Amino acid sequence: MNIRPMTALATLCLLALAHPATAADKPSDPQIAHIAYTAGVIDVENAKLAISKSGNKEVVAFAEDMVRDHEAVNTQALDLVKKLKVTPEDNDTSKALSKAADDERAKLAKLDGASFDKAYVDNEVAYHKQVNGALTTLLIPSASNAELKALLETGLKIFQGHQQHAEHVAATLK
Amino acid sequence: MRSVLYLIAIAGLVLGNCVADAEARTIRVTIEKMAFVPAEIEARVGDTIEWVNKDILVHTVTVKGGWEVLIPAKGTASLAMPEAGQVDYYCRFHPNMKGRLSVAAP
Ligand SMILES: [Cu+2]
Repeated sequence: MNIRPMTALATLCLLALAHPATAADKPSDPQIAHIAYTAGVIDVENAKLAISKSGNKEVVAFAEDMVRDHEAVNTQALDLVKKLKVTPEDNDTSKALSKAADDERAKLAKLDGASFDKAYVDNEVAYHKQVNGALTTLLIPSASNAELKALLETGLKIFQGHQQHAEHVAATLK
Repeated sequence: MRSVLYLIAIAGLVLGNCVADAEARTIRVTIEKMAFVPAEIEARVGDTIEWVNKDILVHTVTVKGGWEVLIPAKGTASLAMPEAGQVDYYCRFHPNMKGRLSVAAP
């Protein structure tokens, strides 16, 4: 059990698990858009670090997939908020996510070779698991706009694939 | 007059080709929500498989050690089946997406 990613994702975890969405703490659509977008940016940044640091072909290919997919989803998200005339709204969850991700990336940056590969991929497994959990239990049920909800559902499907892919890569590293 | 005859001749050629190829079918596989639907296809040599990608992501149809077709997001790609046999394919970007083509001799 790797503790680090769990700590890094404590906020999403808490949000998703400790607070089953009630009317009071339900994030608004502009906040949901911001959280989802931030989560994508974080994974792209981690992936770019992996592409620059890793010498493992499978790890690099996985990271390239993450950049391609998360950028595609975020492009769709930007198009949608523009169309809906919604301004993504920064919020405590987004801030905590970014902060935790910066800490995690700083730790990853200090590692090299096989230990970097393992830490990066393990973090990807945990990260996608947590993001998927938050999408399922909080973000999707809280979204009120149907198109936003549909995009989050598409994202969930894609990120579930990423989680499986990351688990597969993690298994090859052992 | 002469050009009209040419046109008719060309039309005849085109029609002739169509008739000759009438047996070859186009079989559509839809890619939606990170899956090939249907995942298994039966075809004959000469049939064309058309992959219609409804996802917002680029996918590939990749045969390990063989050919690969790239299907752009919201795009389409097709490939005529050159030879008989069974091939398993997957998406190189999303390896848990899998499909199978069973191609019979013509
Ligand atoms: Cu794919």
